[in-house]
Amino acid sequence: MPKHIRRIGLPAALLLALAGLGLILSCTTQRMAPSGAKSSAPKADLSRYQVGDLKSGYVFATAETREMMDDDFNNPSFLWVQQGEALWTKAEGEAGKSCASCHGAAEKAMRGVGAAYPKFDPKLNKLINIEQRINTCRVENMKAPAWKWESDPLLGMTAYVKLQSRGMPVHVAIDGPARPFWERGKAFYEQRRGQLDMACANCHVDNPGKMIRAEVLSQGQSNGFPTYRLKWQKLGSLHRRFSGCNDEIRAENYPLGSDEYVNLELYVASRGQGLAVESPSVRK
Amino acid sequence: MAEDIKPRIKAPTSAAKGEVMEIKTLVSHVMESGQRKGSDGKPVPRKIINKFTCSYNGQEVFSANLEPAISANPYIAFYVRATESGTLEFAWTDDDGTVQKAQHKLTVN
Repeated sequence: MPKHIRRIGLPAALLLALAGLGLILSCTTQRMAPSGAKSSAPKADLSRYQVGDLKSGYVFATAETREMMDDDFNNPSFLWVQQGEALWTKAEGEAGKSCASCHGAAEKAMRGVGAAYPKFDPKLNKLINIEQRINTCRVENMKAPAWKWESDPLLGMTAYVKLQSRGMPVHVAIDGPARPFWERGKAFYEQRRGQLDMACANCHVDNPGKMIRAEVLSQGQSNGFPTYRLKWQKLGSLHRRFSGCNDEIRAENYPLGSDEYVNLELYVASRGQGLAVESPSVRK
Repeated sequence: MAEDIKPRIKAPTSAAKGEVMEIKTLVSHVMESGQRKGSDGKPVPRKIINKFTCSYNGQEVFSANLEPAISANPYIAFYVRATESGTLEFAWTDDDGTVQKAQHKLTVN
């Protein structure tokens, strides 16, 4: 052994090992709260956003993002909810009806609805989600044209309807006629795809809480959608997020409202069974 | 869509004389910075709210010059001392000259 290599004694070696362990442990816990800056936002009561091992995206968000959600005034999603609310009582289409004509007050009629979709539709013999249900009502009952996907009126109405279920646990049916579609959604979730050859599960089941480049991975829960995504600077749907995820792994996209995405939506909703509906939320 | 949605104001409806009130405002606006490129590769033209003012019974008490770095749907919160009953008037001026306005009635004891 060359003389210039200093041999450290056993106690010192132990100390170094412990320090190293301490560093790793502190790094892991810091990953759950990535914001290094001190925030003046009040300490969030995260227990409301967790059910057992299930964690809402709220838990993975920074304090500044959470602050935008904690107050309905600060939450820009409500600019769309306002639109949805106005449209609820606006008569449109040849039947001369508004949503309120059949449903009455949204607070009563839509309570719990948002927590139960996507659902199996026996007439179409497949799953439909809230957006499709809204458009079905417009076309068949109001004789009004369907709203385009990601259009402000459809986003506003979806947000307004789901808001009526805010605080209620997600409660989707995955048995009975919905089962085969749920299975397809599950298969999609676990299937590797794209140039990066990744499955939804690789990020959201295997690695939540860890970093992917500069972002913290969440469990990929859907209880907060539609969400005001700071990256989009507007309210957006879950299918838009699915498209984004597929883009990021350089996989082929499916159209918004496609069967693939609706089946996936049921599977993702079932992963958050029991979490409180947070729509419309704010996310990064 | 942006112009159909009225700006939102959160402010107390009544205050004691001399009390400092927090005023919160949120306006719907795309705030296009002019730096983004569209799908055709050409820059999307700048279109932002460049000025926000708050007047208290006709006297300007707060103003802000906004620049392209401000995000969409600007949220502006500030403090005003309650002096007399009356109306707070808010104005958001767009690059193209259009002005969005809102009012808030206030009772000061």
